[in-house]
Amino acid sequence: MDVFFQQIVNGLSLGGIYALIALGYTMVYGIIELINFAHGDVYTLGTFFSLAILTGLGVSGEMHGLPLVGVVLVTLIAAMLLCGLTGVLIERLAYRRLRNAPRLAPLITAIGMSFILENVMQLWHGPSPISFPEVIPNPAWALGGVEVSAKQIAVIGLAIVMMAALQLFIYKTKMGKAMRATAQDRDAAQLMGIDINTTIAVTFLIGSALAGAAGFVSGVYYGTTWFFNGFEAGLKAFTAAVLGGIGNVAGAMLGGFLIGLIEAIATQYIPGGAQWTNVVVFSVLVLVLIFRPSGLLGESLPEKV
Amino acid sequence: MALLALDNVTKAFGGLVAVKELTFELDAGGIAAMIGPNGAGKSTVFNLITGIYAPSSGSIDFDGRSLRGLRTNRIAARGIARTFQNIRLFAFMSALDNVMTGRHARMGASMFDSLLHTPRQRAEERRVRERARELLKFVDLERAGASYARNLPYGSQRRLEIARALASDPKLLLLDEPAAGMNPREKDELIALIGRIRDSGVTVFLIEHDMNLVMNVSERVTVLDHGEKIAEGSPDAVRRDERVIEAYLGRADGAA
Repeated sequence: MDVFFQQIVNGLSLGGIYALIALGYTMVYGIIELINFAHGDVYTLGTFFSLAILTGLGVSGEMHGLPLVGVVLVTLIAAMLLCGLTGVLIERLAYRRLRNAPRLAPLITAIGMSFILENVMQLWHGPSPISFPEVIPNPAWALGGVEVSAKQIAVIGLAIVMMAALQLFIYKTKMGKAMRATAQDRDAAQLMGIDINTTIAVTFLIGSALAGAAGFVSGVYYGTTWFFNGFEAGLKAFTAAVLGGIGNVAGAMLGGFLIGLIEAIATQYIPGGAQWTNVVVFSVLVLVLIFRPSGLLGESLPEKV
Repeated sequence: MALLALDNVTKAFGGLVAVKELTFELDAGGIAAMIGPNGAGKSTVFNLITGIYAPSSGSIDFDGRSLRGLRTNRIAARGIARTFQNIRLFAFMSALDNVMTGRHARMGASMFDSLLHTPRQRAEERRVRERARELLKFVDLERAGASYARNLPYGSQRRLEIARALASDPKLLLLDEPAAGMNPREKDELIALIGRIRDSGVTVFLIEHDMNLVMNVSERVTVLDHGEKIAEGSPDAVRRDERVIEAYLGRADGAA
């Protein structure tokens, strides 16, 4: 039983990362009905930016106390900003002029954008995995027979804080309302005085910034990254968004944590373990598409952003 | 000076001329109506005024300034609000949120205020919520604030759309067939509501099929047929105008 709960904790921390990435997929889909295949690579870019900032700050080993908090905050915020701006730039350069084109055109463009980002990152750090400095001390506590590490608490905590902030933004601010309005009826939104170009840009800014946060977290948590990181993580986060109901923000969070849990449990309990986890995760995608194409929260909570 | 002035406005879609050399002025204050048979180009005129379409030629001035080249959201910010022939509320937002969204153009909080949830943003949000509640009350929907727009009865949705349009403090309110699909009691309430809107200082310009309603509320009527203005004046004068009767009923000698 301890093993089971251990995998729940592992799954939740993995799921927190998926959830943060899934939010970007679902927000962009909600507002312009585009599956932004470059989003997984923006997440990888988040790990690269984080590493560059840590290196720039001269961080090479474990830190404690106030300097640790400072370094974590600076790196996290800078990575989010840089990824956010990358997202805005991608929308401006690649997607905006295709907004009224047939839906296949932006989709293919998104795939092209993904290749471009991957190749730029390969040029930047080469084709092999690169490692992160061990910034955060990682004591672990035993709760019953389950071991919970500081990093896991940080990952889950950060994911939850970000999601709460996003909910607050979407439901309690002018810009959040503008996003919901634009998602539901672009023309009517414009007639309310909403600048839809700005609104769509802000959606990319926030979605990509969350991917940047996920990038920082995963870099620190796993201690490694490489240019192709976002391909698999992106597909799994996309699966999470579809599982929750694509376009639905709460669904993306739920789907992210569920996919993390499914992956952790499958690793533990399926004979042959790790090699089968992707089969299980993507079977979930197939099953959802067959039996509940609108996702878990797709119909009951059709609020999209 | 006229609040709204269309000067020689033409709109062609390929070979189809939807609005042809239309010139008319709308004075501030009061209620004006535009009528005409189906396909006369009435909705096109609204779409031209609100910037959804750009005129093929001619100019539109509002409040003394040209609207040429302005995007829809900028025109909304200048003080023109509208409702739609087919209701276009934000179906999956609450009624209150719909009205608050209508206030967007008048809100000062920047993107960063929103992102950082600053005190300035929160204070503005509170003020706007207060104002939205007043507007819901103004259209007799004070109890519907929490409902999803799509769950409201049809007549209430029409009134909610008007409240959303009023939220931007417009100078000019365009109502596109506001009585469509309403029963007689709802129509009476609508007539009273339009009167209250005029009394609050907003100029109302409406498109309507329901002659009874048009003749009841409007002080001035413009008649459009095949994209051209064929008559203009008081409801009584328009009602007796031969070209109007012809446009609606065909020629008296039976040739049509």
